[in-house]
Amino acid sequence: MTAAGLGLPGGPEPQAAAGGDGPGDGPKPGDRLDHWITLEADGSATLHTGKVEIGQGLHVALAQLVADELGLPFERVRVAPVDTDDSPDEGITAGSRSMEETGLGIHRVAAEVRVALLAAAAVRLGVPAAELALAGGEVRAADGRAIACTDLASDGLLGRAFTGTAAPRPPAQRRVIGTSVGRPDLFGKVTGGRVYIQDLELPGMLHGRAVRPPGPNATLGAIDDAALRALPGVVAVTRDGRFLGVVAEREEQALAALERARRSAGWDAGPDIPSIADPRYLVAAESAETVARERSDPAALAGAVTRLDAEFTRPFIAHAAIAPSCAVAVLEGGRYTVWAHSQGIFRLRNELAKVLGVPTDAVRVIHAQGPGVYGHNGSDDVALDAALLARAVPGRPVRVQWMRDDEFAWEPFGTAMVVRLSAALDGSGRVVDWQHDGWGHGSGTRPSMAARPGVASLLAARHLAEPLAGAPPQVSGDLRNATPPYDVPNQRIAGHFVRSAPLRTSSLRGLGAHLNVFAVESLMDELAGVAGVDPVEFRLRHLEDERARAVIRAAADLAGWVPGERGDGERGRGMGYARYKDSSAYAAVVIEVEAGTEIRVSRAWAAIDAGMIVSPDGLRNQSEGGIVQAISFTLHEAVRTEGPRVATRGWETYRVLRFSEAPTIEVALLDQPTQPPLGAGEAFTGPVAAAIGNAIWSALGVRVRDLPLTRERVVAAIG
Amino acid sequence: MNLGDDLPGMDPEAPVFEVVAFAVNGRRASVVVDPRTPLLYVLRNDLGLKGTRFGCGTGQCGTCTVMVDGRPQASCELPVSAVAGRHVTTVEGLASGDRLDPLQQAFIDEGAGQCGYCLSGILVSAAALLESNPQPTDQEVRAALDGHICRCGAHTRIVRAVRRAAEGARA
Ligand code: FES
Ligand code: FES
Repeated sequence: MTAAGLGLPGGPEPQAAAGGDGPGDGPKPGDRLDHWITLEADGSATLHTGKVEIGQGLHVALAQLVADELGLPFERVRVAPVDTDDSPDEGITAGSRSMEETGLGIHRVAAEVRVALLAAAAVRLGVPAAELALAGGEVRAADGRAIACTDLASDGLLGRAFTGTAAPRPPAQRRVIGTSVGRPDLFGKVTGGRVYIQDLELPGMLHGRAVRPPGPNATLGAIDDAALRALPGVVAVTRDGRFLGVVAEREEQALAALERARRSAGWDAGPDIPSIADPRYLVAAESAETVARERSDPAALAGAVTRLDAEFTRPFIAHAAIAPSCAVAVLEGGRYTVWAHSQGIFRLRNELAKVLGVPTDAVRVIHAQGPGVYGHNGSDDVALDAALLARAVPGRPVRVQWMRDDEFAWEPFGTAMVVRLSAALDGSGRVVDWQHDGWGHGSGTRPSMAARPGVASLLAARHLAEPLAGAPPQVSGDLRNATPPYDVPNQRIAGHFVRSAPLRTSSLRGLGAHLNVFAVESLMDELAGVAGVDPVEFRLRHLEDERARAVIRAAADLAGWVPGERGDGERGRGMGYARYKDSSAYAAVVIEVEAGTEIRVSRAWAAIDAGMIVSPDGLRNQSEGGIVQAISFTLHEAVRTEGPRVATRGWETYRVLRFSEAPTIEVALLDQPTQPPLGAGEAFTGPVAAAIGNAIWSALGVRVRDLPLTRERVVAAIG
Repeated sequence: MNLGDDLPGMDPEAPVFEVVAFAVNGRRASVVVDPRTPLLYVLRNDLGLKGTRFGCGTGQCGTCTVMVDGRPQASCELPVSAVAGRHVTTVEGLASGDRLDPLQQAFIDEGAGQCGYCLSGILVSAAALLESNPQPTDQEVRAALDGHICRCGAHTRIVRAVRRAAEGARA
């Protein structure tokens, strides 16, 4: 499952200071050790983290780190449930930061626990710590005497402050890190167990549904709630502004009431959503400029002999989780308890309290696993729906499951984007100038990221009679990986943030890296062509970072890349490379495209360096999944609107990659045992998009720069 | 009071509850429900079989797949009355007692799945495939699973796991 370098999708740059709404990620010096790790009477250990499991194996990887330090088999480290009442607040689980910050910190806390146990045992046994061994829940001396860890820790040993000074075991002594410990969670998933929040069932639980407006601008007129209440099993009908919800004893009764309410409510659809069909509308819109990088070397620029300009676009893309979002809430004794598959339960708690108008401690959020989310989707929004419906039936838990079409229509999307590039080569074939202008609506509208009064991220908050304004997106995501990783003496990298958006946006796997890397790596191939140099060689000539060079070589070797190779009119291969966020995993991929009646990716050869590998099979699985999803984004996906509503509301209209189209994938893992683990979940999103574009070029000699790279667009480009 | 057309049979004055009896995973089940209730909700909420999962409710994603008399079918649109007197097999019925079905074991061994939400339906379709075609080719596995969405991108491993189970059965 996952991985070192187990990255989790979605998130903006760290926002520790944003509105002072909580600490950053991972253990901090001064924390009590037992705030993070506790020892149990049976010799096992419990890890406490605020990072949630979102189906990518983060908890497995974190438990591996602890097991390794404490000399325990992996199964003997348990991860405590994540709950605002007793877990550490670690912000959100996103942005590929979980291993980089929490993983690294937990590893050090575990090392400090190990050192403390050995030191305490040394005193008790009268033997130097260096001659003691910690394993299986006890510290043992060479003469056979042993003391249980719980015994050693019983006098508050782990109440001491974390200093960050103990070094983890060196690579040669690791036993659990770097091994594939399997997927303990898979058993429940292949046997139909109660695994997901959707499966939660509490005594007396009711079923609720929010009756969403037909479109974002719709207003609600009359509604005959007496007729709805008279339907079989209906317990409550609640309306607050244009938020309308029904609660029933049985799920199918809630569905019948929803159906009736949808047909009978007097909605005025309101004005049309401005057209998003061509993302170039962004360029004409009012925007604010941010310059991410500027460097100049007039002497190098003077050598420029050829200049290439190109424009790239991406539509709005949906997270499109396999199941719609779900939450359960109950209001009891004036306190809300909410089960949610949020990526940030503390921030969700704070924002729920704000919208519900209650003190923060009147809301408790407990994390429950949901289906994969790939960023910020409806999983926070549905928690507010559940709380609003629970308010209508105090004392009884309400389970709210979004409908499929609601998830497609109302989730916050990955933003549409436009990128314009201009680059110049000198006479020796070096890139000497790189100008980037990018437009987008930003991302990062998670709960409490903008902790300002009157502002909330949660969907229903803007539908209430006293609405809260939608949270403003963070600009930074659009510029992710906009700066080319290559050595270019003149650069200007500018983002143009378009605040007014036709649809709600938030973080989607890779954020701006999807289009930015597509653009950068497409243009690099074009420049290589002009310079008459093989594209792999061309990249290497512009890269000094040895780890970057190593992943590019590894992917090329795995693919059996032949310098100067060209496709044959039906089949072709291309490469893409990026280091995600310029600070996470290094990833390179060679993609083979077959252009027949469809544009299809038949094979992928990938290489990744995610620092120290905690769980090899997890990293491989994560990489494969990231590659497949990126192929889907790049070949098929686009949100469409029609008049006042979102038109892509089901799997038939929002097309994703199917089993018949999935490629064969090989992944080379480049381990760096002495380096910190790096986030890997989003590493391939950009490189895959670029490699597909470059492979189409190799196969057919045409460049399509508007995503998705559909057959129609390729045919049109052939002319 | 004008509410538009009534849903068929949804007259609030006349709630219809009936006894529907069928077999699930080799055991008799009998429920008292509105007979139009989709089988999915009866399995999950009346019979406590949460393994059959909701993904779309409109027959487009495959997460709710069960076998009815051995044939894979979406349970989200199938009225429970349609399975009266028939045999339904859900993912919970694939294992025999404590012994996992070779397919389930192969999925674990291949680490096939990320969030895993799609797996219940995929396992049921794969079991039906191996029943009728014990040695499917890669293409045949993909074709049999083409109605299933896996948003996490675990396709390659899932196909490999199905073929591994088939090969294990041959060995
Ligand atoms: S839930 Fe039945 S096919 Fe999607
Ligand atoms: S593993 Fe998540 S949808 Fe298939």
